[in-house]
Amino acid sequence: MSKKKYWQSFGELNHTEAFQESTKNEFKEELLPLADLDDKGILDAKTPRRDFLKYLGFSTAAAAVAASCEMPVRRAVPYLKKSDDLVPGVANYYASTYVNGGDTISVVVKQRDGRPIKIEGNELSSITRGGTSARAQASVLDLYDNTRLRYPMQKDGKGFKEVTSFDAFDKLVAGSLLSTGGKPVVILTSTVNSPSTLAIINEFIAKYPGSRHVQYDAVSYSGMLLANEACYGKKAIPSYHFENAKVIVSLGADFLGTWLSPVEFSSQYAQNRKVTGEKPTLSRHIHFESTISLTGSNADDRYTHKPSETGAVALAILNQLNGTGASFSDKRLNEGIKLAADQLKAAGGNALVVCGSNDSNIQVVVNAINEAIGANGKTINWAVTSNYKNGIDADMTKLVDDMNGGNIGALFIWGVNPAYTLANSKKFKDGLGKVISVSFNGTMDETTELCRYVIPSHHWLESWGDAEPKSGYYSLMQPTINPLFKTRAFQTSLIKWSAAAGSQITDYDTYLKTYWTSKLGSVDLYNKALQDGVVEPAVMPVGTATFSNAKVAEATAAIGSIKSGKTEVVLYQKVSMGDGSQANNPWLQELPDPISKVTWDNYVLMSPAMAKELLGLDVMNQEGGKQSDYEVHPEKPVVRVTVSGVPPVELPVIVLPGINKDTIAIALGYGRESANKEETAVNIGRSANGAGKNAFPLVGFNGTNHYAVSCTVEKTGNLYPLAQTQVHGFTESRPVIYETNLGSYSSNPEAVLEEVTKEKEMLMAEGAKDFVRDATIYPEHEKPGIKWGMSIDLNTCTGCSACVVACTAENNVSVVGKIQVQRAHEMHWLRIDRYFTFNDANHDNVDVVFQPMLCQHCDNAPCENVCPVAATNHSSEGLNQMTYNRCIGTRYCANNCPFKVRRFNWLDYTGADSFPDNQNPMIEGKYMNESVLQMNDDLTRMVLNPDVTVRSRGVIEKCSFCVQRLQESKLNAKKAQDPSLVRNVKTACMQACPTHAISFGNVNDKESDVFKIRNVDQKHRTFYVLEQLHVLPNVSYLAKVRNTDRHIGVEEAHEEKKEGAKAHA
Amino acid sequence: MSRYRKIFNRVLPAIFLVLFLSNNVDSYAADGKALFKANCASCHKVNEKFAGPALKGWKDRVPGGDWIYKWIANPADQKDPYATKLMAEYKPTIMTPFPQLKKEEVDAILKYVDDWVPDTPVTTPGAQPEGSNDSLLFGILTLVLALIAFILLQVNSNLRKLSDEKEGVLRTEPVPFYRNKTYLMAGILALFLVGGYYTINGAVGLGRQQNYQPEQPIFYSHKVHAGTNQINCLYCHGGAQDSKQASIPSVNVCMNCHKSIDKYAGPDKLIREDGTPVDGTAEIQKLYAYAGWDPTTKSYKPDSNGDGVPDGASPIQWAKVHNLPDHVYFNHSQHVKVGKQQCQTCHGNIQEMPEVYQFANLSMGWCVNCHRETKVDFYNKDDASGNKFYSIYEKFHNDIKNHKMDSVTVEKIGGTECQKCHY
Repeated sequence: MSKKKYWQSFGELNHTEAFQESTKNEFKEELLPLADLDDKGILDAKTPRRDFLKYLGFSTAAAAVAASCEMPVRRAVPYLKKSDDLVPGVANYYASTYVNGGDTISVVVKQRDGRPIKIEGNELSSITRGGTSARAQASVLDLYDNTRLRYPMQKDGKGFKEVTSFDAFDKLVAGSLLSTGGKPVVILTSTVNSPSTLAIINEFIAKYPGSRHVQYDAVSYSGMLLANEACYGKKAIPSYHFENAKVIVSLGADFLGTWLSPVEFSSQYAQNRKVTGEKPTLSRHIHFESTISLTGSNADDRYTHKPSETGAVALAILNQLNGTGASFSDKRLNEGIKLAADQLKAAGGNALVVCGSNDSNIQVVVNAINEAIGANGKTINWAVTSNYKNGIDADMTKLVDDMNGGNIGALFIWGVNPAYTLANSKKFKDGLGKVISVSFNGTMDETTELCRYVIPSHHWLESWGDAEPKSGYYSLMQPTINPLFKTRAFQTSLIKWSAAAGSQITDYDTYLKTYWTSKLGSVDLYNKALQDGVVEPAVMPVGTATFSNAKVAEATAAIGSIKSGKTEVVLYQKVSMGDGSQANNPWLQELPDPISKVTWDNYVLMSPAMAKELLGLDVMNQEGGKQSDYEVHPEKPVVRVTVSGVPPVELPVIVLPGINKDTIAIALGYGRESANKEETAVNIGRSANGAGKNAFPLVGFNGTNHYAVSCTVEKTGNLYPLAQTQVHGFTESRPVIYETNLGSYSSNPEAVLEEVTKEKEMLMAEGAKDFVRDATIYPEHEKPGIKWGMSIDLNTCTGCSACVVACTAENNVSVVGKIQVQRAHEMHWLRIDRYFTFNDANHDNVDVVFQPMLCQHCDNAPCENVCPVAATNHSSEGLNQMTYNRCIGTRYCANNCPFKVRRFNWLDYTGADSFPDNQNPMIEGKYMNESVLQMNDDLTRMVLNPDVTVRSRGVIEKCSFCVQRLQESKLNAKKAQDPSLVRNVKTACMQACPTHAISFGNVNDKESDVFKIRNVDQKHRTFYVLEQLHVLPNVSYLAKVRNTDRHIGVEEAHEEKKEGAKAHA
Repeated sequence: MSRYRKIFNRVLPAIFLVLFLSNNVDSYAADGKALFKANCASCHKVNEKFAGPALKGWKDRVPGGDWIYKWIANPADQKDPYATKLMAEYKPTIMTPFPQLKKEEVDAILKYVDDWVPDTPVTTPGAQPEGSNDSLLFGILTLVLALIAFILLQVNSNLRKLSDEKEGVLRTEPVPFYRNKTYLMAGILALFLVGGYYTINGAVGLGRQQNYQPEQPIFYSHKVHAGTNQINCLYCHGGAQDSKQASIPSVNVCMNCHKSIDKYAGPDKLIREDGTPVDGTAEIQKLYAYAGWDPTTKSYKPDSNGDGVPDGASPIQWAKVHNLPDHVYFNHSQHVKVGKQQCQTCHGNIQEMPEVYQFANLSMGWCVNCHRETKVDFYNKDDASGNKFYSIYEKFHNDIKNHKMDSVTVEKIGGTECQKCHY
């Protein structure tokens, strides 16, 4: 039986020799320290018997010494005066708001014994509906970052010296401000959507006439803002309603990953991607882009073009709406434009076009399209604006010019890092030397180290604050820990420096309380708002804006004159790294990119066609050859990317399908570097040090508008290792994904899983009915009370990876560092497998499926049978239990696991083993990166979840279904004597998911979501991965249904088979 | 010492049982006693002044009517002369309000107070600790028997030798017993078994601290507080019913009572384990030093450095007695609130300990044994008794109904599975 092929790597697709060789040995390991034994006798080895005896003797002696040590006296130190709302050992939850640049997510912070340890989404927010992003999840680790500045400082020669008190600092700055001679003070921030902060800034500006506030976004949306000003007279971004859109056309906007407000949009998008009822409807998502983005890989239909053609594609859609056909040389693209226009027209206003371009002309055309399809007032809401990004690039250009022209007295910098993120950062740095510069940034970043005064602000988890992500929608921020260091809120500094003498309010905490109490009417309402975290109108107002097409002709002309290059470069953001402000976060650095699966680096993405032409890597060739080596080894060929006017960048190459053949793509946010390169590890951090190259200089910006950048790409002949997690676990061509299209599913929902059902029947003896009982010789595990189960909807999983970071934070999953990831030693309990599949013979178009893969908690688990010490066994609640203190590390279980979800602690990543400096030899021997140590100092360890064991070297670990949360929920249910309380339990991954793709609960409870999904609502889509092996997983998946006319899934198989037969003949 | 303790522990419940039976006049008074212990005993005694006034004879002192109920519900609201006088007398401590106590409950407490008579020491025959120990006797007997067997064996071999000589059978010179391979083998085996037994037991016991009794920064006697003064365990260790940790009380909890109790004049002599007497009043002074309390002015010292605590105050660094390994998850509230276990089950007769020591060995075997034997408060569908959470165990209900099982132990609901404690 031939099946449609889902593949993770080209090697798997083409069955190359090197790929097969690499899969033979699951643990790609030499044995250390007896690495060189091979097949020779022990005495012939390079490490002879004497060494063996040394190790034996040392370990025996060490064990004896460790064991015979006297028990230390442990101290229990209770509070001097305990506050009433704190019970040691019980977590408190506080609503707050994650703010980074303009990104705003309402969250609930889990605080345990005074330490914030986990970020959860705030379900009261109607914007995010309880969803979070990977970066919000990881931001709790930034709080405990060792590179945070600990006190206010002033420049002293080349370095800095501490300013002993805030009062002294205030005097220093006040004195400096007097010396500016009345030149204006500029407050340079990222987008600020906090109403109280804006009020304070305005008060400050009133005190220093001529001063101004410049908002600058590293990745700006000024093209959109300017286009909206031109078309609607409002320099703002409206609210989008993806949940009302039956047809979504995106022109390179990665709205599920990084564009504007991905958590909000993911949540809206998923509402129309859920398959419900007998005659389900789904939104139609058509995507045009140059590279392959997270959003693009979720699209029903996807088309590629060169970056410089974005405007032309937008124009072609607009023309097609009026009946004029598109005339690109790429026929497929023309078809796509026709399809998009037809669908948009047919949707009757329930359609939305978004565009990721920062060229205001293109955005004007996109506005015209939205106007033509009637989206204004239906999917585009002008009554409520989105306040995530307000920065206008031209303002920044003017500021830099003014600084260099000596027209600026002082510059206050808060939350931005232009010395790193600005394309022309040199000019900014030059200008910075000519003004009195004060940095309020929390770390010694590229900009701060050039400033004269530094007064670090609190981390958001230590701060009071507010945010207005959408007009009329507020989200409050409250501190969950006392400031760890001598830091002061940016707002407090402004208040102190601008307050009239004798002013009552001298700090931001009081200011905020007064501000909100008067705004809401009473202290009680303020307290309620703090508790809820959000203040929102009961119903979202909806409104239109009047469109003026005056600028359309001009924009059309401008688009017509866009020049294209032979090769063009797209700069994109990763869901993990964003603009690089959290670059020193090891959780984010080690988070695999959803598409490329690379960690710790950025790289050049290119198409197989370009790789063949440029590097001679013919990855699509079934004959094997050089490309085999390219894939199985971490070392990738390095290319030099040259853009005129900026120094060339050398980066390794990752070849991916689905990228336009004349386009390369490079991620922003990498290559953080101090002015003195040697200090990067200390100032910016050990994790950011050496991770990738900075691509911001490649941004195409002419001072007023953005443009697509042409480049030349050359081979250098060098190699550079990339740590890729892809194909560390692979499927041996077993089917793990089921997929169909909406038409087939509606006509026969059972067809999608027909094949696997048949296969299961074949496993049973004749006459046997019960697959669970009759297809095995093993006895059944009884589950008298609770049976935990999870269901994951492949239709709504977008691959955003928030769950992966949430799992890492909740379960103390260790960071292993780049070198260890290269050796396939990553410890993630939850990974998101990305599968490619071709849907046409020409391999023009690639579909992507994301499948979160975690321990399946099999009821007939292959791992349990092979453990020699019964360290893994089954519970009466259906959990596959892993007992670390019993594990002796044979790894038989990992070998026998068909899902490859068991992870082995090859080294002492956590410092949990008893000897101090245990890890140093590993660092010196280059087995481990310094970044691993970053996770092990006392400050960073404050992030650990005290309910979960920190694992030591030599044990296997894996997903536990967040057993600590299950136990807690059962305990609460027992205390309240109410079994229904167990229904409230949420695993960390489920809580983090912005699309609610994951459901979890007690399958024995007929009222639980999971029971209903599996047996009632979604019974035709429910499948278990590899269920034909009779492993009886407790995690079920829902088959993916695409809303497209193309053939998807099994039906394709027959055609492919025919082709295959032809090829053989 | 520990042996006496064991015997003592065995005898004590018997004493308590007798006491309980003899005092158990009627159920109403018993309720009053329980309520008194749970709510009042931390500050009041029946017949002597403690943190609050003695309760005996309350009727003659308080204004009539329902004053007493109002006072108990919210003392701070009472402004009559008697209330004012009381507050002045016990300043700065004000009695904790008990709005949750119903009128009948207050009546029960007051009745208990009225009916209370001082305890007379009760001695029960058979409660005397037995001095003799059987194992020693058996040991000596075994040795004697082994010696006799050895002598008999020697005699037997000598006799055989004589008879052989008489009959003229040629025999090799007998080897002395200390070179006899059989004896040597037996000896080695015995050594191996005994040595192995102790080695393994010793190794298993590594890291365990049964009977661990560290010296504490303050000589705090549970006997005085929980025993003689009958303060409810949960008054100080409130975490035991809410949290994973029972938690040691913060200093402000100690000061709730010790603001007014500044001298130790209790009936129990305070004696350390090594026999040295302890001055209770001096120990209370140590507490004042930690709390930053000035006993002469009866107020906290000022907070001149603005760190939020009185000058010189510092938290008490108690020595932790009960230590579990890091890979064990133990939750007090699961055992106290849900399992309704007495503190004494694991901590021993804490109310008799002048200084706390670790009573149980806290080994996994000890935990698992209890989980095997203890029955859960299983839900009975017919009379709706028991914890309703367990109503989800449909199968066990049917089994009980069909008399296939008579009760549900913790083990049956998964209480001995690895991931109940290790994750």
